[in-house]
Amino acid sequence: MATARPGIITSLEMCGIVKRFPGVLANDGVDFDVRAGEVHALLGENGAGKSTLMKILYGLYQPDAGEILLNGRPLNIASPAQAIRLGIGMIHQHFMLIPPLTVAENVIIGLPSSRRIFVDTDRAARRISELADAYGLQVDPRAFVWQLAVGEQQRVEIIKALYRGADLLILDEPTAVLTPQEVDELFATLRQMKQNGHALIFITHKLHEVMAISDRVTVLRDGRVVGRVATQDTDEAALARMMVGRDVIRTWEKPAITPGQVLLSVEDLEAQSDKGTPALKRVSLEVREGEIVGIAGVSGNGQRELAEAITGLRPVTGGRVIIADRDVTNCSPAEVLAAGLSFIPEGRMTMGVIKEFSVWENAILETHAQPPLARGMFLDFKRIADHTRRLIGDYEVKTPSQETPVKNLSGGNIQKLILARELSRAPKVLVAAQPTRGVDVGATEYIHRRLIEQRSQGTATLLISEDLDEIMALSDRIAVMYEGQIMGVVRGDEASPEQLGLLMAGVRS
Amino acid sequence: MKLSPSRWRDTVVGILIPIGAVAGALLAGVLILVLAGVNPVKAYGPLLIGPFANLYGIAQTITKATPLLLVGLGICIGFRGGVINIGGEGQIVAGALFTTWVGLQLRSLPGIVLIPLLLLTGFIGGALWGAVPGILKARLNASEILSTIMMNLIAAQGVSFLLRGPMIDPAEIAYGTGFPQSEALTEWAWLPRVIPRTTVHLGAIIALVMAVLVYVFLWRTTIGYRVRAVGYSKDASRYAGINVARYAVLAMLLSGGLAGLAGAVEVMGIHHRLLDGVSAGYGFTGIVAGLFGKLHPIGVIPASFLFGALLVGADKMQRAVGVSPGIVYALQGLVVLFVVSSDLWVRRRSARRVEGGGEELVND
Repeated sequence: MATARPGIITSLEMCGIVKRFPGVLANDGVDFDVRAGEVHALLGENGAGKSTLMKILYGLYQPDAGEILLNGRPLNIASPAQAIRLGIGMIHQHFMLIPPLTVAENVIIGLPSSRRIFVDTDRAARRISELADAYGLQVDPRAFVWQLAVGEQQRVEIIKALYRGADLLILDEPTAVLTPQEVDELFATLRQMKQNGHALIFITHKLHEVMAISDRVTVLRDGRVVGRVATQDTDEAALARMMVGRDVIRTWEKPAITPGQVLLSVEDLEAQSDKGTPALKRVSLEVREGEIVGIAGVSGNGQRELAEAITGLRPVTGGRVIIADRDVTNCSPAEVLAAGLSFIPEGRMTMGVIKEFSVWENAILETHAQPPLARGMFLDFKRIADHTRRLIGDYEVKTPSQETPVKNLSGGNIQKLILARELSRAPKVLVAAQPTRGVDVGATEYIHRRLIEQRSQGTATLLISEDLDEIMALSDRIAVMYEGQIMGVVRGDEASPEQLGLLMAGVRS
Repeated sequence: MKLSPSRWRDTVVGILIPIGAVAGALLAGVLILVLAGVNPVKAYGPLLIGPFANLYGIAQTITKATPLLLVGLGICIGFRGGVINIGGEGQIVAGALFTTWVGLQLRSLPGIVLIPLLLLTGFIGGALWGAVPGILKARLNASEILSTIMMNLIAAQGVSFLLRGPMIDPAEIAYGTGFPQSEALTEWAWLPRVIPRTTVHLGAIIALVMAVLVYVFLWRTTIGYRVRAVGYSKDASRYAGINVARYAVLAMLLSGGLAGLAGAVEVMGIHHRLLDGVSAGYGFTGIVAGLFGKLHPIGVIPASFLFGALLVGADKMQRAVGVSPGIVYALQGLVVLFVVSSDLWVRRRSARRVEGGGEELVND
């Protein structure tokens, strides 16, 4: 089995790549190229098309149009196995390692052995050590993966790619899970690889990384290339402008409202992510009666954890959450709901509804045990049917019947049902996370209209969304989250996309 | 509540497919019988007709179906609550044990008090036996599949010991036979026959009543709603304010309780005492009956009848052609295999229909 072969790939070009998914044009005629001995950054927000483009390069998807040229020769990359054979390796954002196995076992997994049916971990260990030395990557081949820190695990992923003869390496948001020190170590490794003649593609949405490590940067927006520059010829502000620049901003007719008292207050909130790293680092904000506060930011910067910490679904390790003068920090979801909060969760199908349940069963998810929908222990079906009919009528939920299992409804209608259910409880505070993600245009517009109506009725709304258009159209104030912190709060009518883009990418003004 | 058109179609398909699968299994069973040197025609006669041929056959079928129905109903609650209860055997035994022991203490109570009391005792015994794995799952996230199976062994061995020691019938000691069975319960504790001159006892009626109660519980009460919600989605339930751990334990409790009731019913209706093997495999076959009945009381009733018929028919077949009893289990296994595969196939096909398009567009 080969080891790293730098220099095999002198150039790789992707020309006019088009990739369509149902309802979405992920790549719209994208050109991209990378040369040996350079780090080329691929920059863009969520949904810009970066991952799709790279998955095409790695053989996971086939483009609908366009071609790929390796060293000038056009070819078709039909599968990751073929990509690997050609010398293309990918370091995924979510590691593909097997924790109970050792480093050496993970590196050689799936590869033919020199000893026929017997695994040859000794030979592998020696090769791994050679590679590690050549690239300055500290790794113990005999360690178990579950024992390794995240940064070390990433090193194993890199060695895995190099061991299989990777010359061109694609790194998908590699620093998302690393500590600052680990990021420095990674960059040192990448510089070494660059020197050794490898070609590196670095996918990110963080501007300071682009400036720190790349030689060239290509900016994608809405599936199209909006700019390609040499890093030394640009700066963060220019990149931010390219990343989020908008031509037209749709605004909603928002009646002028003076916000009332503070209904939701988050003070110095701290919480951990699922991986045990800090997800919220002393986050503070307030939402007032009759106000929509938008949380902008690239997904993965703590927004989900913020929503969960407020609603009692995630333990809070520091700070407080106060709803209408009641301290609800670390209360159960039932108590937080009782305090006057309604929540539209990000995971529509996993947390927002029970997809096997019918429309009426979902309509009463939080209220099933309360009169008038229940009489003592028994469900009052007539009242429930009336309630459900009202909800699906008022909120224009299209469904064949109340008995239809919710999983048969379209995403937009499911979201409207969730909205109906949550808003019908007349909440004081509404937390809406990604309320229109994956929802058709008609339903999106409807949901926006309803959110503004709620605002007029005095609800304090916290709107968390990756869709900057949505945030800018609806919010009275916009707070930008980056790496678990609020980078800044701007007034909705004064915010510019460039300003927000900078904040979203980690640059404090 | 009315059924929508799509649900009607699913229901009809849901009935036809298992019937087809059973037919397929019996067809495959022909091969086994031939290999065993048996004439399939001579064997299938008693197997398929025997249980329904006359009142006697039907009565036997009902008698065997009764504990299957009770265990199957427990499985409905358990599985729908998200707990995979394989502990039916142990819970039946625990229920039988409690019932017998309490029954032997309260010899002088009249039947009208004693019978409901002993049935409740059996339920409690099974419920406790099910609660232990339930609590282990809720507190320690211990696999209930493993813990319920282990509890089966504990119950079986425990009762085995008791029947040879503290609980052995004094009469056995007096006569020196040492057969491992308990003293007989007083006649006050016996479930009366409902069809004269047959073995069909009150337990059959009780089981049908429980089927109605289980339906009402799961689909018409707030508690049942929560059990089902937790079974489908722990996350959404948690968000809705439902205490997921509590309802998982409740599901195990009720599931075990119904199996315990089956044990009580077997003791009070058939054996009138505690014996080794009182569970007779009903704890496992009941699971199959529950799944076969699509985890709904309306389905479990015919399903338990079917498996009761299979047990009776296999017995008759064995007597008619002299095959080893193992053939019964082989046929039963084939039925399970065919039904489960057909179910999987149907699900795969409908899943492909619903999720036609791309879920890929969520990422970049």
